[in-house]
Amino acid sequence: MHSFGYRANALLTFALTILALICAMASLSDNLNSPSPSAEIQILNINWFQRHPDGNDEVSLTLNITADLQSLFTWNTKQVFVFVAAEYETPTNSLNQVSVWDGIIPAKEHAKFWIQTSNKYRLIDQGGNLRGKEFNLTLHWHVMPKTGKMFADKLVTSGYRFPEEYR
Amino acid sequence: MGWIGETVDSIRSIQIRQLLTQAVSLGMIVTSALIIWKALMCITGSESPVVVVLSGSMEPGFKRGDILFLHMSKDPIRAGEIVVFNIDGREIPIVHRVIKVHERQDTGEVDVLTKGDNNYGDDRLLYAHGQLWLQRHHIMGRAVGFLPYVGWVTIIMTEKPVIKYILIGALGLLVITSKD
Repeated sequence: MHSFGYRANALLTFALTILALICAMASLSDNLNSPSPSAEIQILNINWFQRHPDGNDEVSLTLNITADLQSLFTWNTKQVFVFVAAEYETPTNSLNQVSVWDGIIPAKEHAKFWIQTSNKYRLIDQGGNLRGKEFNLTLHWHVMPKTGKMFADKLVTSGYRFPEEYR
Repeated sequence: MGWIGETVDSIRSIQIRQLLTQAVSLGMIVTSALIIWKALMCITGSESPVVVVLSGSMEPGFKRGDILFLHMSKDPIRAGEIVVFNIDGREIPIVHRVIKVHERQDTGEVDVLTKGDNNYGDDRLLYAHGQLWLQRHHIMGRAVGFLPYVGWVTIIMTEKPVIKYILIGALGLLVITSKD
């Protein structure tokens, strides 16, 4: 009843139970945080806009992204993955989401940032529907915790439009 | 001489009873593990509810040896989600982030492109030859939760099978020799 093996087993089980409980509580405590992030995305320039021989439109943009995501960070946050996606609807596709820029914010000190960049990934449509097309630029974030549940949300900015002519 | 026979009989009966209880308790351990796994499969709707991260392609978010909990719902796949997918002709599933989504108007089918956070380029090089997009049937689930380090147990056991056999042997010995 009180052999070494039994005591070791009891101690290990107890330690693991407490550890699991603490992890669960740390993850649950994230729910108490109600973040209020802000972001502003401007298109500084349409660098070029053309149709590929296979009929797909491709556009190159220069963006100015200003964001304050400091309120997303809690004590259980390892990092925040942030990206900007161009989102639009075409006659064939009910939704197109194309990531144009992304970044990893490792700490709260870096969560208030400003960046000017051309699109990191190619913005290619499935087809040639981009001329004069309205689109949204959405800032998405994905909060990756030290342990537990992951959170994601977004800020939509609408009212952008691709050029009417190729250039 | 009768009492010797009686004692032998009683010892024998005790041993059989003990053997049976040990077999039952061993069976309980194995079946309860199976029950938990199958229950997780039902709750999450994913054929493998828990995966171990094997590569560093999602660092610094997910490191080798971390555990991910998957969920497979009817919800459509959207950019930014971390999905686990299987490529035809590849045995090991990959955990990467969705960066492009094109959802068809008429059929609702999706074309998805993924990329590892720590990789320079997108995943087209990892896909099957000539494959440009992932479809719904490639995707096994999306990651919803995260637990660090726990996966090292399975990594060590698959890479050093000796440790696995020693562990199983020791546990079996413990169960057999333990008395209530």
